[in-house]
Amino acid sequence: MTLDEILNAPSPASQWVLDSDCAENGLSPAIVKEAMRSRIAEMRDSVERGLASAAPSITGMVGWNAKGLWDAPDVLQAPLLRRVQAYAMAVNEENARMGRIVAAPTAGSAGTIPGALLGVADHLKISDDDLVMPMVLAAGVGKAISKQMFISGAAGGCQAEIGSSAAMAAAAVTELLGGSSRACVHAAAMALMNTIGLVCDPVGGYVEVPCVSRNAFFAVHAVSSAQLALSNLESFIPPDEVISAMAQVGRMMPLELRETAEGGLAQTPTGLAVTARMEGK
Amino acid sequence: MTLLDMIGPVMIGPSSSHTAGACRIGQVARQLLGQIPTHAEIGLHASFAKTGKGHGTHFALIAGLLGYAPDDARLPRAFEEAASADLVFNFETADLGDVHPNSARITVSGNGQTVTVLGSSTGGGVIEIVRVDGFKVSFSGGAFTLLTRYHDAVGVIAKIAGLLAADQVNIAALTCDRDKRGGNAMLCVELDQSLGEAAQKFLLSWPGMDWVRMVRPVMDAGIVAPVLLGTTA
Repeated sequence: MTLDEILNAPSPASQWVLDSDCAENGLSPAIVKEAMRSRIAEMRDSVERGLASAAPSITGMVGWNAKGLWDAPDVLQAPLLRRVQAYAMAVNEENARMGRIVAAPTAGSAGTIPGALLGVADHLKISDDDLVMPMVLAAGVGKAISKQMFISGAAGGCQAEIGSSAAMAAAAVTELLGGSSRACVHAAAMALMNTIGLVCDPVGGYVEVPCVSRNAFFAVHAVSSAQLALSNLESFIPPDEVISAMAQVGRMMPLELRETAEGGLAQTPTGLAVTARMEGK
Repeated sequence: MTLLDMIGPVMIGPSSSHTAGACRIGQVARQLLGQIPTHAEIGLHASFAKTGKGHGTHFALIAGLLGYAPDDARLPRAFEEAASADLVFNFETADLGDVHPNSARITVSGNGQTVTVLGSSTGGGVIEIVRVDGFKVSFSGGAFTLLTRYHDAVGVIAKIAGLLAADQVNIAALTCDRDKRGGNAMLCVELDQSLGEAAQKFLLSWPGMDWVRMVRPVMDAGIVAPVLLGTTA
């Protein structure tokens, strides 16, 4: 499965993705759709738990951000923005508390898709039933990306994780709002091309800082990409070429910036202090 | 790789590779032993050793040995659950050579048997088992996988392939390795369907056949849709 194949599929792209994956793996489309439906319910559950809890994570670095934003006044009067950010952080704070979440495609990037897709759907009062096929498309975009590039921070930096989740979310939101196959894939490509180079430098090696806030930022990033694509803006670089550019950058990225906690934020005095404190535990 | 690997697994946090993938490697080791082990020696390589503690990797591996899936709520309490299941375990840091940074070597024993598994967690909860008892293998836990250890001889693989064909089981991928010519060999066959229990017993009865295991899928497509993958269990 490539982005080019999805781009050239009849709209909506998700139907081609579903049929083609099921044929490849000998699965029934009805069962895959049912599994996606239950995963959407799991995502929603993790959003609700996350918005309601301010309990700190294992390290005490995160845990109250989603609830803090959700309970605060909407000073910008931008309810969609606030909702998308809060949902995304809710999932990643649940993750940091060893709660139950849906990896999408990884646990560290698990908040981006629920943030963007559930956030937009709730803002526009769209039911969860209508999210099943967009979620199938998100998975198809992820599969196309993983064919050319790793999706782990250890292999390709944060761009490989959050870039993938943002591209998947961008395509899903675009389809949800009636975008063509072409628009969905260009939304994914624009999300990816604007994530290239992002490093994975988690403080203490924990999936907390910057991961929780990063999911809030990249859920918004995904919605921005969908907005451009739905207005018929496109990525100048063809989508599959964007993936290969990202893979190339991932290969050039030093080991220190690939989930080892040996560079960036992890090596700041505050980051090192957290590492020392947790090693003492 | 299926769509359900990209949106999924449903899992206990915090890391798909360090937690969910680690749990799945443990699930495979348990199945290769054929029971919950009474003893486990676990060597953690590179990133598993370095950042495993903060990611629940230790809990997840033990949870897998107990047979829990990555979304099992008992995962964070796996050490306590192991104590009540009489599973004794030990972790150490190990240099496992030229393997993925997220890798573990697990030696499990129980009921007079011992198996050593080397597995890697390659991202998003996807795993690859690369060694069993020192033999090179390659399987992902996405399908039913038949593993056999036997005395290296002419025609053994042909006979096994014939048995699979007779049982209407299709081969998806196959790897084999041996310690020396005429020595011990291992065959690892990923299948589209499960080989029936009677056929497994028949296979084990062959002269020169030491050990047979059928590993059930640990990845979601194989769990969500087992009927379509050829089993009614």
